[in-house]
Amino acid sequence: MDFELMINSFPKLINATFITLKLLIASLIFGLFIGLFFAILRLNKNLIINKFAYVYSYVFRGTPLLVQIFIIYFGLGQIEYLRSTALWIILKEPYWCAIIAFSLNTGAYTSEILRSAFQTIKPGMIEAGQSLGISSKIIFYKIQIPIAIRQSLPAYGNEIILMMKGTSLASTVTLMDLTGVAKYIISTTFKPIEVFIVAGGIYLFMTFIIHNVVKFLEKKYSY
Amino acid sequence: MNIIKKFSLGVLITLFLSFSANADKIKIGTEGAYPPWNSKDASGKLIGFEVELAWTLCRYIGQQCEIVEQDWDGMIPALIMRKFDAIMAGMSITAERQKAISFSQGYADEVASLAVMKGSDLEGMDTPAGINLTKPNAAAKKALKTLTTGLAGKTVCVQTATIHQNFLDSGDVGKVNVRTYKTQDEVNLDLASGRCDAALAAAVAFSDYAEKSGKPVVLVGPTFSGGAFGNGVGVGIRKDDTELLNAFNKAIDKARKNGDISRIATKWFGFDASM
Repeated sequence: MDFELMINSFPKLINATFITLKLLIASLIFGLFIGLFFAILRLNKNLIINKFAYVYSYVFRGTPLLVQIFIIYFGLGQIEYLRSTALWIILKEPYWCAIIAFSLNTGAYTSEILRSAFQTIKPGMIEAGQSLGISSKIIFYKIQIPIAIRQSLPAYGNEIILMMKGTSLASTVTLMDLTGVAKYIISTTFKPIEVFIVAGGIYLFMTFIIHNVVKFLEKKYSY
Repeated sequence: MNIIKKFSLGVLITLFLSFSANADKIKIGTEGAYPPWNSKDASGKLIGFEVELAWTLCRYIGQQCEIVEQDWDGMIPALIMRKFDAIMAGMSITAERQKAISFSQGYADEVASLAVMKGSDLEGMDTPAGINLTKPNAAAKKALKTLTTGLAGKTVCVQTATIHQNFLDSGDVGKVNVRTYKTQDEVNLDLASGRCDAALAAAVAFSDYAEKSGKPVVLVGPTFSGGAFGNGVGVGIRKDDTELLNAFNKAIDKARKNGDISRIATKWFGFDASM
């Protein structure tokens, strides 16, 4: 064990953790909106809209994240027409390609988590609102959404942790995130065990924080 | 229950037999993704200069060999952890790597070069045809200056953990945005897509890609050798494995004397890259 290497690589890995966190937070924010949007579509009675949302979540939950990120980064980069459009400004950057892939992926899972949360809401609660003469819009925002969020917290906490670990794939499209920098250090020191232990420890610490924040929120909003 | 017992016994015996059969084989690790040094054909079989050379060297050593595939970025750690006994993967002999492993004498050498897509503003840089960085002369120093100006603010793509990455990180050509990839294939893809302004690798890696893909990839600037680019490509061997090191050194001597290395090199590179 080369403890000196572990200590020396720690600050570099902490710096890289900020890139990991930036990717995670951006993907979660975009993914939450995408997920909410598709969850609402899933609850729609129109068969075409419903199926469209279903296919989206089916495709993104049914394929590996690595494949998705490769298709978006290397695959779309091969289409010559795309390179002449304004879209290329975004797709040219590995950073945005990673965020697009992560957002679409976590969005698919989030839509399923939220859909099932909406479906657990007892009809009696909505009926209670209706009998008080509250408009269906306000019932949705003030009754359904808050309950759905509370219901989905445990599953969503899990999804945050999975996504946090998923960001390590950003290193496959040249981003210097926590895993990317760890691999870089290994490429010059040839000591994978030491460096990966430190990197793994940082991931574990992040999981610890996320886990406890979600647990705290679950307690706070329990009823 | 009886079937399960018989089955597990069978599995155990097979495992044991395969272990003992492998015991005296020399395992050689290669990447299989760096043509023409080493690559794979359509059926997934390992081919290339080093694969053919490895079989030749094993014949001279007089021992059975097995060639195994290993991702480039884990090549040296895998050797140290005894997943195989020798590396033949276009790995240049550098001082940095020699801290971790030993190298046999070099068996081949060829130059590195920058590549761009046709029409790039990096085309037509005024530099000598080739520079040696071991003891850079005035012309080489001037060429590095020209490159520093030309590459300023540009994104240059390289395969990770290579001499090419070391060179860009060394600051000899100033501050460039270095982007690293797991394989040379991915470097080529992003060079063609325009995400990279230039790429740096073995010159033959680019000409091989240009030929196979039909993409207008052109070499620019001088070819590089010496210094960060090391002293030829050799067989990487664990430091404590001096017996195998001597065996490879002797085998390379014999293969060179009999003209095997030049013959195989000419076949795969189109020129004699042996040394």
